[in-house]
Amino acid sequence: MHIMEGYLPPLHALAWTVAAVPFVLRGARKVAKLMEERRETRLLLAASGAFAFMLSALKLPSVTGSCSHPTGVGLGAILFGPSITTVLGSIVLLFQALLLAHGGLTTLGANIFSMAIVGPWVSFFVLRSVGALGAPQAVGVFLAAMLGDLATYCVTACQLALAFPDPASGFGGALVKFLAIFAVTQVPLAIIEGLVTVVAVNLMLQYSREEMFAVAFLKGGAFLKGGAR
Amino acid sequence: MKRLNGALIAAALVIAVVPLLGRSGADFNGSDSEGMTAIASLAPGYQPWFKPLWQPPSTEVESLLFALQAALGAGVLGYYLGYRRGRREQNRAGD
Repeated sequence: MHIMEGYLPPLHALAWTVAAVPFVLRGARKVAKLMEERRETRLLLAASGAFAFMLSALKLPSVTGSCSHPTGVGLGAILFGPSITTVLGSIVLLFQALLLAHGGLTTLGANIFSMAIVGPWVSFFVLRSVGALGAPQAVGVFLAAMLGDLATYCVTACQLALAFPDPASGFGGALVKFLAIFAVTQVPLAIIEGLVTVVAVNLMLQYSREEMFAVAFLKGGAFLKGGAR
Repeated sequence: MKRLNGALIAAALVIAVVPLLGRSGADFNGSDSEGMTAIASLAPGYQPWFKPLWQPPSTEVESLLFALQAALGAGVLGYYLGYRRGRREQNRAGD
């Protein structure tokens, strides 16, 4: 879903950057606050970032006959909430833009907006909604990670359709084309991301419950039941 | 729980491998580069106005860096889980 360097017209690149900056700043403040108040969670934070690092490097084949990669930010959104995850995702995107020429600096704002802002927020709201419906926690985790992943790629398609509307059918026509490329390819990958995120949460619940309760409960206790709420 | 995790990982692997077997004729390009192709057809005159500051000199070096990124992530994650597991077992032994 990385929009390549220089592939968004300057005005679009600027607009998405301006839109992303407040979220990144808010996230950075939240990370600083978390490290001050709950310093014991720093290893869990590092592990969540590492999870995004790992998954977003894996280019996987899809049923459409092309390849794409998961985002890995669903886990962070589930454990730490969307704002802190914006920081984690931005670090991944900056790393890939600078060292891999994957994505770019001019498109960093747009890519942060899709992968590090919309994705985590969608994950967060899905988790809450599913939790409110009383579904099992694993179902919530799966749907949160999967739909957050999918949402990221839909945003990328929207961003490109806005920048490159179809000469005949306009924004709508271009959106259909870009969704066919990005979102359809992403469906099986999003399912994979959902499954792997459930495994990660299972392992963390098994080995580091205390740490998880320290963060997952900070903001309204997204999904875990019982414990030190 | 171990069995469930194993089943979930197995399911993820199957979903990743099925396209390789079922669509063996496909070229499996990156969706990113297909997106760029779509841009070229929608706006034939568009030229990227900024170039990456640094680009991996070959696809080999690029795959090295991607592998490094995944290894770094997996390494930190594995360290974390192993550390926590060890701590938990130590605490249990101490009780």
